[in-house]
Amino acid sequence: MSLRHDIVIVGGGGAGLRAAIAIAETNPSLSVAVVSKVYPMRSHTVAAEGGAAAVIKDNDSLDEHFKDTIGGSDWLADQDAVEFFVKTAPEEMIQLEHWGCPWSREPDGSVAVRPFGGMKIERTWFAADKTGFHMLHALYQTSLKYSPITSYNEWFATKILVENNRCQGVAALDLRTGKVETVLAGAVIMCTGGAGKIFPFTTNGAIKTGDGMGMAYRAGVGLKDMEFIQYHPTGLPGTGILITEAARGEGGILINKDGYRYLQDYDLGTPLEITDPDHPVKKSMELGPRDRLSQAFMRERDKGGTISTDGGPVVHLDIRHLGEKLIDKKLPFVRELAKNYAGIDPVHTPIPVRPVVHYIMGGIDTDINGATQLPGLYAAGETACVSINGANRLGSNSLTELLVFGGVAGHAAAEFATNNPDLDEAALELQGVDEQQRIARDFINKQGGTERIATLRKEMHETMEEGAGIYRTDAALRTTSEKLVELRERFANLLIEDRSLTFNTELTSALELDFMLDLALAVAESGLARTESRGSHQRTDYPERDDANFLKHSLAFKTIDGVRIDYKDVVITKWPPEERVYGR
Amino acid sequence: MAKTIELEIFRYRPEEESEPTLQSYEVPFNEEWVVLDAINYIKDEIDGTISHRWSCRMGVCGSCGMMINRVPRLTCAAFLKEYYPRKIRVEPLDGFPVERDLVTDMDMFVSKLTDVSPWIIRNEGEEKPVEEGTYLQSPGELAEYKQYSMCINCMLCYAACPVFALDTNFLGPAAIALGQRYNMDSRDQGRDQRQEVIASHDGVWHCTFVGECSAVCPKDVDPAGAIQRAKLSSTADYFKDLLMPWGKRK
Amino acid sequence: MSYIRKVPNTWWLQRKPYFLFIVRELTSVAVAGYCGFLLYLMYALSKGPDEYSAAIGLITSPASYTLHMIGLLLVLYHTITWFNVTPKVLVFHLGEEKVPAVIIAGAHYAGWLATSALVAWLLLGTGTSV
Repeated sequence: MSLRHDIVIVGGGGAGLRAAIAIAETNPSLSVAVVSKVYPMRSHTVAAEGGAAAVIKDNDSLDEHFKDTIGGSDWLADQDAVEFFVKTAPEEMIQLEHWGCPWSREPDGSVAVRPFGGMKIERTWFAADKTGFHMLHALYQTSLKYSPITSYNEWFATKILVENNRCQGVAALDLRTGKVETVLAGAVIMCTGGAGKIFPFTTNGAIKTGDGMGMAYRAGVGLKDMEFIQYHPTGLPGTGILITEAARGEGGILINKDGYRYLQDYDLGTPLEITDPDHPVKKSMELGPRDRLSQAFMRERDKGGTISTDGGPVVHLDIRHLGEKLIDKKLPFVRELAKNYAGIDPVHTPIPVRPVVHYIMGGIDTDINGATQLPGLYAAGETACVSINGANRLGSNSLTELLVFGGVAGHAAAEFATNNPDLDEAALELQGVDEQQRIARDFINKQGGTERIATLRKEMHETMEEGAGIYRTDAALRTTSEKLVELRERFANLLIEDRSLTFNTELTSALELDFMLDLALAVAESGLARTESRGSHQRTDYPERDDANFLKHSLAFKTIDGVRIDYKDVVITKWPPEERVYGR
Repeated sequence: MAKTIELEIFRYRPEEESEPTLQSYEVPFNEEWVVLDAINYIKDEIDGTISHRWSCRMGVCGSCGMMINRVPRLTCAAFLKEYYPRKIRVEPLDGFPVERDLVTDMDMFVSKLTDVSPWIIRNEGEEKPVEEGTYLQSPGELAEYKQYSMCINCMLCYAACPVFALDTNFLGPAAIALGQRYNMDSRDQGRDQRQEVIASHDGVWHCTFVGECSAVCPKDVDPAGAIQRAKLSSTADYFKDLLMPWGKRK
Repeated sequence: MSYIRKVPNTWWLQRKPYFLFIVRELTSVAVAGYCGFLLYLMYALSKGPDEYSAAIGLITSPASYTLHMIGLLLVLYHTITWFNVTPKVLVFHLGEEKVPAVIIAGAHYAGWLATSALVAWLLLGTGTSV
């Protein structure tokens, strides 16, 4: 028997919960299913630290937020989407404040904002340095208020169900029983987050395996701009744990092995003394955008300026001058993480950091309403690519994006579902049966395989880091691509040890790896095809931005022969491409 | 020879066994590793059939709480070196039914969270429209409830609570702390509504103040404190109603 | 089928904090016992000097001293553990800063000392003997 709802949301993180609440608030008669492979509060929104951007102060304007975002994106963001985004951001943030998010405050009781990388004016709302955590819990707790929302926790959606060229639900594995259930609805919203786990060294949690992107890709939907992978410049070596950009927003500096602020050598401006009242200067030095800072690290490494550690080369993030009191008030989590996982107290010692895979700008191709090319399928959050992030996302835009486009996708999906209430239930149910059989045949009952999941995953990680890292070349990307094809073949020979139907995490790991291999190849092939350097995609063999040929979104489609790359134009409404300048 | 450490893992596979067992694994001892790393090593390299929950491995998602040598801890924050060379026994969190291996059934916990109405409640007609902007909340008002808003729902406090272990009807530390978090939020007007649950027998009055919930809390939420404060204010309510029945709250 | 683990009756012996908790709970027996004893003394007093002298005689026996010493230890344990948790219950903020636990607990100890000093003064300091 299928489960029937009006809308199915896959993923219970920030975007999914925002979408669910949007529907419950505006159309209380619609029933909403939130299908999530983890309990919603485990979703990786929880790990975001620094803050969420929205214009709220008198010294700021929507236009400035727009410009920062477009420049940050290296002109690859769609300007109509960004205009809508910056305009809607403040009301979404206020709404979240009304729902109880414990924003840090000014003495007068108004919300406080902090500077962030690539932002000309301070506009990043924050809840100390656990902003994502507080946002997610506020959304989750608020969502509990609405009875039309039904949660299917620890249900792993594995397939989008399409009939009559319309998305009409998902097949999901109930981890507790091992049964594949069909959850049917007039519209489906993918809110499954990013895919950082295709890389070895990432801030992303174990769950961020890009399942939603993978499902959409298999259903024939294009993945947009997959070559754009964001490296956050400050992760802890070894673990890859994120040290928030807010540490630099509050005035922290990056220094090389000689204590020198090396960013000044990489066209990021001239440093002011840390005692200068104007430090930190916005859009300059440590407050440059993430792509540029991570690239500067690599070049500094090649120059011999980094410090070698067991966890690879590092530089130092120095926040000592901020003082214990400010650190405890505004960056307590940074201190906790550095103490626990780097064994140092940043009040007294600089923090060792290196770039770490953090975010994927690309994702399921959607329009400004979150709609994909497949009728009935919507997407929002990191899993989607609207695109407001283009070739490089600015820190603190993604938490806001969850709210803005989660809400938008919720409304759009609700409307679509209301207008398309009839489903091909019998056929969909059969698809569910097929999916159950596929999982049984390819995994649970599979005999005789020899390849360990962990081995394939490790080799995928190595080749992604090797070929699709911060600096790329045709040769390296090609090698990666070939390696991924080989891994796909070897995946057919997977060794399965666990035959249980109850909470079989070997099965979920295998399903996740299955999705990741698809996505990794889409990343490599998209990167291979983009023969220019833009934002986070840096080709040493094509070091210049090439607007004549590549002011375009790439679209990766899954075909029998592999990946087909297509393009579509970037929407430019009011600011044609210029030189991308920081610090001067 | 490289150093190793022994992990004794609680195993329960409902399709295969009616009673749990303990299974031993020898893993490399790495100074940098947390217990979660060792469990992942076992799953990846030795025995793919172990099931456990984890995600962020930075102490904020709340997934990986387990009993380590009988003490509830986040396995991503418990280093092997704290135990070496002793062996480490890993079990699912006490007090909860075991679905499989190290995975507990946490639905009961989620329904307790829901019971305290953990959202901002405003009096009818006093909701602030978005167009009117944010509520003002001073840093001092924020500080009143901030600590209780830090709960990551890791459930260690329940696993440490003997009252909950003996009677799972107890609303429990995290849920009560969450109720208090909203009660003390200057934007909220829902305390009276929550009192029915919080000030009930299965609520605060079930707590005997063992205090271990606060001792094991990885985020210093201090649920024990939240509960005692709720007891105090409930008692104050009682006497107020008794002495001033004309001012009786709704 | 989920597996439900049984809580052994000896749960409070398995970890030190649980054991100390049970000890603290049991110290209330000593507190209650002493209250009962005081009630008995009042009762004896109400019955007249003879009865009261007999009761006093009972108190001054070596067995009674021993019991009192044990009782005192238990009550001290009860009081100290209780005072030490008072900062959890009584939380005050001065602006953003929480009043430190040591001040809240310290105030209790100070009150305790003052009360004890008052009692000592009443009993010993005024020069009259009981």
